[in-house]
Amino acid sequence: MKTNSIIEAKKGFFEIALKVNGERRELSVRNGEFLLDALRRHGWKGVKKGCDTGDCGSCTVILNGKPVLGCLVPAVAAHGGELTTIEGLGSVRSPHPLQEAFVEAGAVQCGFCIPGMILSSKHLLDNNPSPTEAEIRKALDGNLCRCTGYVQQVEAVKNAAKKMKRTSN
Amino acid sequence: MDAKKLKVVNKPVRKMDAMGLACGEPAFTDDMDFNGLLTGKILWSPHAHARIKKIDVSAALKVPGVKAVLTYKDLPRVPHTTAGQGYPEPSPYDTYTLDNKVRFVGDRVAAVAAETPEAAQEALSKIKVDYEILPAVFDTFEAMKDGAPVIHDEPDSKNIPDASRNIAAKFDFEVKNGEWFKEADFVFEHKWSIPYLQHCAIEPHTTIAYFDNFGRLVLRTSTQVPFHVRRIVAQALKLPVKNIRVVKPRIGGGFGSKQEVLLEDITAALALKTGRPVKIEYTRRETFVSSRTRHPSVVRMKAGVKKDGTITDAEMEITLNTGAYGSHALTVMMCSGSHTIPMYRIKNNIRFIGRSVYTNMPVSGAYRGYGATQGFFAWECLMDMMAEKIGMDPVEFRRMNYIKLGEGSPVFKAMGEGREGVEQVITSSGLFEAIEKGMAEIGWKEKSAKYAKPQTGPVRRGIGVACMMQGSGIPEVDMASATMKMNEDGSFNLLVGAADLGTGSDTILAQIAAEVLGIKADDIIVTSSDTDITPFDVGAYASSTTFISGGAVKKTAEKVRDMIFEVGAKILDVKKEDLRLEGGKVVSAAGASCSLGEVANTSLYYYNQHQITASASHFAHTSPPPFQANFAEVEVDTETGKVKILDYVSCVDCGTAINPQLARGQNDGAVLNGISHTLSEEMEFSSNGTPLNASFRRYKIFSAADTPPVRTFIIPTWEPNGPFGAKSVSEIGINGPLPAVANAVHNATGIWLFEAPFTPEKVLKAIKDGVRKA
Repeated sequence: MKTNSIIEAKKGFFEIALKVNGERRELSVRNGEFLLDALRRHGWKGVKKGCDTGDCGSCTVILNGKPVLGCLVPAVAAHGGELTTIEGLGSVRSPHPLQEAFVEAGAVQCGFCIPGMILSSKHLLDNNPSPTEAEIRKALDGNLCRCTGYVQQVEAVKNAAKKMKRTSN
Repeated sequence: MDAKKLKVVNKPVRKMDAMGLACGEPAFTDDMDFNGLLTGKILWSPHAHARIKKIDVSAALKVPGVKAVLTYKDLPRVPHTTAGQGYPEPSPYDTYTLDNKVRFVGDRVAAVAAETPEAAQEALSKIKVDYEILPAVFDTFEAMKDGAPVIHDEPDSKNIPDASRNIAAKFDFEVKNGEWFKEADFVFEHKWSIPYLQHCAIEPHTTIAYFDNFGRLVLRTSTQVPFHVRRIVAQALKLPVKNIRVVKPRIGGGFGSKQEVLLEDITAALALKTGRPVKIEYTRRETFVSSRTRHPSVVRMKAGVKKDGTITDAEMEITLNTGAYGSHALTVMMCSGSHTIPMYRIKNNIRFIGRSVYTNMPVSGAYRGYGATQGFFAWECLMDMMAEKIGMDPVEFRRMNYIKLGEGSPVFKAMGEGREGVEQVITSSGLFEAIEKGMAEIGWKEKSAKYAKPQTGPVRRGIGVACMMQGSGIPEVDMASATMKMNEDGSFNLLVGAADLGTGSDTILAQIAAEVLGIKADDIIVTSSDTDITPFDVGAYASSTTFISGGAVKKTAEKVRDMIFEVGAKILDVKKEDLRLEGGKVVSAAGASCSLGEVANTSLYYYNQHQITASASHFAHTSPPPFQANFAEVEVDTETGKVKILDYVSCVDCGTAINPQLARGQNDGAVLNGISHTLSEEMEFSSNGTPLNASFRRYKIFSAADTPPVRTFIIPTWEPNGPFGAKSVSEIGINGPLPAVANAVHNATGIWLFEAPFTPEKVLKAIKDGVRKA
């Protein structure tokens, strides 16, 4: 996305411009603020804070086509970028096939890790529409879950891959 | 009754909150914005044991944006427990919202509320504390010795059995039918230990305290026990219960750590002081250090066996480290015996000796498994030792001795949770079938024959078994209630106190109500856990929700059904007794029918106008145990000590699985948590009690790529005391991996492992020690 350089709108706050879930947005971010906190502060509550140290994956978002951890990326680094959060994938009325597959497989227990896990899965399927189980497990390796044992989540990604391939054929 | 006839129960109904969560809808405590929200933060003790001589907050108060700083001087001094248990709690009253003494590295010193997180952080750094550092003790056995530092020397704590010896809880019990070990051909005695372990719910503990438009205090909080939170906060801050509302939104996992009043009291105190909404959210480091942990334990177990496989005597002595406070100290200790000793028939003598001991270490508390994890590690390894000695197959030895249908145990009556238990016999058991299924799935016969032959090369394989039981709620202690009301379209609101913390309880409770009323689960709108709106429930713990809360929902729905029949009989002009509910209709024996919507409209607008609504409560006189057979196949690299799980099969009898898909998920997750305990997890501390690995980077829980194949199989049985034949499922699975893997490693290598986790270092040392001995 074409943008101007970042300006300090008022002391300690910077205006960044970026595309969030396909819409152009201008966001005021605090000096030193990380993407996770900035997004949550601006209402994208699907980005979760599980550790704030880059270890759990709950804050995974897709920035310029790659999954990143919102707690490790300075908010200003998203300036001019294209960002996808879980809110951009689908909604309760019109869910993404991955969201549908996670629900169908019983892969959502507490659900706190799920937005990050679904975004990691989306990145995997965008680049590898027919992943093996080992590839799925590798793609989800950065998203910790304490509830499920990952069994139903791996099933969900497998099922979504099949379904998405069918739809695209 | 036959589970095959069920229409909604025992079906994989979609978890009702799942889609919203998968779409990132704002659902958790911190997902709501509040105008003027202040950030609360807590100053933690850097010392393991110290008295606060002087505390000066003047510089902290001057930090711009700081609205309040609280120390022990600002709050009422009320001894209480943070354990979210039924009243009166069986845990000692040894905790103060803020105190003039700190008892572990990570104990509360002071709290601040400020306009921004940065200001709050800066204020913490400006609180000047002058500590008198006291001698500290970190080991339970040292702490019980004469002259050890006394951690609770304050005169006003209550229900500590022996504060002078740091005993937070004790319980002894003996059944004596003759001379100890007289009939035994072989006697074994060993000690097994478990370290500090963290729950690691991915959502950190979070509380937001605010005031509603009546000025009442509302606590929006990540808790498993909303009603206990209300009561304990009222007690600790000397507020009337009526002035507090506790709301449980969606919860990001708990596993016991949220059965605890960790933040609610101090967040409320800051809100009361400032008159503003306040949020405290633990950092990940804080959840490791200053929430709760599994009680580290040493279990000494001694048992005797005859050559014919009869277990003659068993003695279990458990010493738990409860850390600085005695949260769940008595009950976890008692459950380590009461959930495990009855597993096998013991012919003559039984003894249990339990101690929970204060140390200057992080505080232990409830953790999925609740003592049974510690107890079964010992008991199930000991079972294999005995089987090996008498030359019996470990599965056959278990089959000969495990508790059968119709059998009881003196332990059930003697040991409850913090008090005497209740007498009970086993009213459902699928353990035989669970073992059969597990043996077939893992290939027990072929593999045990194969691995019995001498293996060559550095990598050895082995197979192991472990059987378990747990409970379903606490009999004559746990109580749950539900309310239902009928809407014009034949849908129903179901209000339950039960706390869904990600387990799916809202969904399975809706399934139970729908089954009674002959409708679909999505015709039930569930509201759970809001102390202003829903009726009482003790909360989500002790594997109680399906059995106890499910019982309450079933009774409530049955009352509603009766009221529907009253109206339906009038509409159809038939006798009430001739009616049934089916497919959203009231149907008469002759085949006439009217819709539930018609019934609702008639009751609301036309005939004898009334709201069809009912409430019911439920408690139980027994706690029917679920049973489980676990099988592990492992590979041990004898040169590196690395243990790899090749296959793990877990067959669980939870009665009727109300929702088989969710039940399977519960068990998969419990098993993986147990596997992670077995191979990797351990909190580490420096010699002065400072945690060294309080992060997910350094405290390793299993990720998707690490996870070995875990296969859960549900073994259906029918529990006559449970709703539609159901028992519990949530906890039992966590107890299997430690003994099943230890037994498999023994099968592979001949060594026994006594200390969790089975890290390569420990395995290698055991192998070398074994070689040396040989």
